[in-house]
Amino acid sequence: MTLQPTIGVLALQGDFHQHAVTLRALGACVHEVRKPSQLDGLDGLIIPGGESTTIARLMLAYDLHEPVRRRGLAGLPIWGTCAGAILLADDVPGLDRPALALLPITIERNAYGRQIDSFETDLDAPALPPTTDGTRPPYHAIFIRAPRIRSLGDGVEVLMAHDGEPVAVRYRALLATTFHPELTTDQRWHQYFLNTVNRDRIQRPAQTKGPILQAAGGGP
Amino acid sequence: MVVETGTHTVKSGLAEMLKGGVIMDVVTAEQALIAQEAGACAVMALERVPSDIRKQGGVARMSDPTKVREIIDAVTIPVMAKARIGHFVEASILQALGVDYVDESEVLTPADEKLHINKWRFDVPFVCGCRDLGEALRRMAEGAAMIRTKGEAGTGNIVEAVRHMRAVQGAIRALVAMDDEELVNYAKEIGAPVELVRQTKQAERLPVVNFAAGGIATPADAALMMRLGADGVFVGSGIFKSDQPERMADAIVRATTHYNDDAILAEVSTGLGDAMPGLSMDEIPESERLSKRGW
Repeated sequence: MTLQPTIGVLALQGDFHQHAVTLRALGACVHEVRKPSQLDGLDGLIIPGGESTTIARLMLAYDLHEPVRRRGLAGLPIWGTCAGAILLADDVPGLDRPALALLPITIERNAYGRQIDSFETDLDAPALPPTTDGTRPPYHAIFIRAPRIRSLGDGVEVLMAHDGEPVAVRYRALLATTFHPELTTDQRWHQYFLNTVNRDRIQRPAQTKGPILQAAGGGP
Repeated sequence: MVVETGTHTVKSGLAEMLKGGVIMDVVTAEQALIAQEAGACAVMALERVPSDIRKQGGVARMSDPTKVREIIDAVTIPVMAKARIGHFVEASILQALGVDYVDESEVLTPADEKLHINKWRFDVPFVCGCRDLGEALRRMAEGAAMIRTKGEAGTGNIVEAVRHMRAVQGAIRALVAMDDEELVNYAKEIGAPVELVRQTKQAERLPVVNFAAGGIATPADAALMMRLGADGVFVGSGIFKSDQPERMADAIVRATTHYNDDAILAEVSTGLGDAMPGLSMDEIPESERLSKRGW
């Protein structure tokens, strides 16, 4: 095992570039993913913010939907931010293309209103690792045409909340955040995801990370 | 805890979410649905596409609110709409209608021949056109949260879009090489606030998202603009004035994602029928050039 984890960032549309910049600053090797073959050999995958309607269509159009889903079912750590969180969910009212259905949550799109209702705020972040001085400062979260998580399935853990509603959740090796950590200079959520990836690299046999030809957990 | 809306961060943040995407001009809800189906990351509502504005002449204004509402109701992707340069009341109306971005656009007939809208006063974000770095940074100084190079709308001719994108990117490359003394003088020369010039030098790019616009008519045009450094593209008349709008829209989206993959570009450029009819710049008198509007 090499020291650096290799993280793919789905680069069909949206703010994939900022994720790559932050991951590289934290020492990860980053690949942009636009074709199915580019999913091979990844230790983790990020589905970035963007337009969920657009990314859902492009994942189907570029034959990425099934390969990403298969890897998710096989245990590949995947982090979805905003539109990415929507795509991970198994219930998205009104989305006219299938989501990946990996994460047992119901998530409602554009649920705070239109762009003028987009907001930023400080949130308590007990799940994040402490900073070097041993404190856990609040996390400044940016919500842009953000979705809201309306219900949680069994085994979904809430990592951060806003007004009592979950905005960051974890399920097995999957992470979903409805805000945009890549738009801030605070790298704690990216570090959190890399910690998940590194734990997974130790625990999961390497052969599940290569090309996966058979559907590991059945089709949709 | 304090919740802040309408900040520059959330305004420019939405533009970040549009990157790598195609924003398509639409005049009806039906066209908006075609655009969304093809994979557009946003639509731009306007009363006539630029090539019709050019042909028909007259005063081009903000779209009818009925149309804007129909388009907002029809799609889930963000909806942008155009207001005339300096027409802050049209912009206020568009904000009240709930559009996600206002384009203070030279494609419409300017309402003010000297001043642009003070965009800081609004909660809705603005995108503005530019021909060079100075113009881009002046629009940012007025509060624009996204920039697009102007090109020459409604022509199906990419030459002006290339000229403007090269002007911006070339100026940034020159700026990166300057020392701090040169920087202050350079800000004066291009008529831009020195603080924004400094930010541009530091980031080695425009401090906000920069799309290409004005003349993109084929998948190859879209990929060309991406390779020249655009963060995404606006396509106006190029889709709904082509032979097969659905196929052209789909092909331009694919070309924008895969702009560096020649095999995919060859595939998506095949069998599209005629692109929109193009206009040579010699056919357009100086006085009718839309890109000259805005100051």
